[in-house]
Amino acid sequence: MKVLVAVKRVVDSGIKVRVKPEGIDLQGVKMTINPFCEIAVEEAVRLKEKKLIAEIVAVTIGPKQGAESLRHALALGADKAIHVTTEARIDQAVQPLDVANILAKLVERDNYNLVLMGKQSIDDDFNQTGQMLAGLLDWPQATFASNIQITDGVAQVIREIDGGLQTVKFKLPGVITCDLRLNQPRFASVPNIMKAKSKPLETIPLDKLGKLHNSIQITKTEAPAVRKGGAIVENVDVLLQKLRTEAKLF
Amino acid sequence: MQIIRNRISYHIPRFGFKYLCDTTFLNEEHLQIQKVALDFAKEKMLPYASDWDKNNYLPSQVLKELSEMGFATIYVKQELGGVGLDHLSASVIFEALSYGDITTTATLAVQNLCAYLLANYGTEEQRKVWIPRINSFDALVAYCLTEPNSGSDNKNMETYAKKDGKDYIINGIKCFISGGSVSDLYLIVCKTSEKDVSSILVEKDTPGLSFGKVEDKMGWHASPTTRVILENVRVPQSNLVGKEGQGFKMGMSALDGGRINISSCSLGGASLALDLAKDYLQDRKQFGQQLSNFQGLQFKFADMAASLVTSRLIVRQAAMKLDENQIDKSLYVSMAKTYATDSCFDVANDALQLHGGYGYLREYQIERIVRDLRVHKILEGTNEIMRMIIARNLLK
Repeated sequence: MKVLVAVKRVVDSGIKVRVKPEGIDLQGVKMTINPFCEIAVEEAVRLKEKKLIAEIVAVTIGPKQGAESLRHALALGADKAIHVTTEARIDQAVQPLDVANILAKLVERDNYNLVLMGKQSIDDDFNQTGQMLAGLLDWPQATFASNIQITDGVAQVIREIDGGLQTVKFKLPGVITCDLRLNQPRFASVPNIMKAKSKPLETIPLDKLGKLHNSIQITKTEAPAVRKGGAIVENVDVLLQKLRTEAKLF
Repeated sequence: MQIIRNRISYHIPRFGFKYLCDTTFLNEEHLQIQKVALDFAKEKMLPYASDWDKNNYLPSQVLKELSEMGFATIYVKQELGGVGLDHLSASVIFEALSYGDITTTATLAVQNLCAYLLANYGTEEQRKVWIPRINSFDALVAYCLTEPNSGSDNKNMETYAKKDGKDYIINGIKCFISGGSVSDLYLIVCKTSEKDVSSILVEKDTPGLSFGKVEDKMGWHASPTTRVILENVRVPQSNLVGKEGQGFKMGMSALDGGRINISSCSLGGASLALDLAKDYLQDRKQFGQQLSNFQGLQFKFADMAASLVTSRLIVRQAAMKLDENQIDKSLYVSMAKTYATDSCFDVANDALQLHGGYGYLREYQIERIVRDLRVHKILEGTNEIMRMIIARNLLK
């Protein structure tokens, strides 16, 4: 069984974000693999260790630095990597439907049995790509996975949903997007980091697989409003009045 | 983080190590490895370092995990059983791990030093037995050079190994041995003749091998330090590492790497000190404003930052010279060791001062860094000896 794991290189969650008119300032900012993507890679590696899958291929879309996330995936245990190269802004111009279309092309080219990805990326928080990919391929999907079992070509996934936990079962091939509590990724060991250097990494320019349509345009990026001080009110009537006129709650 | 109202134990700096993290000289592989080491240090070492210090606890589980990640034989060649990286990688790794805990990283550095000697000078048999055990942290190894009467003057050692049939009989006392009484293997540097200094392996529980009390030190509490006493210790001559008379050369070659390692440990500790000081200056208010508004403190902080960056650069440069085996490598290593250990101790000490009264409390961690870094000016060759080496190289 072959698994495709999609990973995205995003702004590190610990940094202090600087907002510029055209978007987040990425200049010199620490970037890292999207945490949910890392969880997806870890899950793929665990499935391979349980001998349920034979090969893990990691893929990313982005500029040449995007290869860092691929090497991280290779160091964690992926066997091969594909780098779809583009100079477009990965946090703005590389959008879910375009990504899903590109991934669909790769799935058709290489015949994967399973696609694993993070539920969303922490820069745009779209939470759409996995679902769209499943739609394009006409495959079953299980999103927000917190547990994955595979037996005889059937996937059983426990999903974390608003109402609690939902278990779904489907015959592979399918798409599964991973949520926080699915696993805790391991620390890559130095020997694995060095082995990763010699694992195959295929580079494909984006226009060979698809196009970026920019159908969603970012019109404005602004920092959240600075928190203003509170006020002590004398009685409940004043409180209600402030809630109505200032906080505009009702 | 609220320092004043809700005092929490063991504050984790907000943006630790993210500022002033030079990537000069580092290639992509170094950065990848640095990230792994730093993530591990922040998650598995930093929250516990003060507890380990308080309880004099050697964290075997963490050392095992670090060894399994490949951090115990960093610059031992792959064909000899190690990971096959360079001294620059070792410097980056130790700097990152020291951010979590200086003492435990120093213990790991000793493992690396002994592994290096066993790999490069040991017989195939010795290598096959001990390198895998070091890689899995199945064996803790101690390096025994210093004696009560020979510290800086280490040629003047008295421990003697006399041949007796197919064995050596060793007599002598070694002191200030990190890992004494808890190690599985002791690499004893001793005289095998009037002039010859050699390195001989003595395993734990060998009759005649005993230990002094665990020394009550200023810092490095997570590593027991004892005397190692050898009274008619009998070992087979096959326990000799390298050739007779080679012990000194071996020691000097290992110390160059060891000095880079200890300097890198200083860098990591000073980085944490700087981060803690930064958070404190921005949180603490006196006279109606944040401490970071006062120019005197700003100047002090600026000097600390520049000091850390320069130390890092000279250590990395020395590591690169060592990797390239350049003719002036020992000169640069000595310069790096003395400069970095002195400067980083001052950074930590200044950071303590910036914390005011809170700096004096164990809970704020900064005093632990000061106590731990203090010994780096002394061991692996005192900074006075470093100055001798530098002057000798330049003025001869």
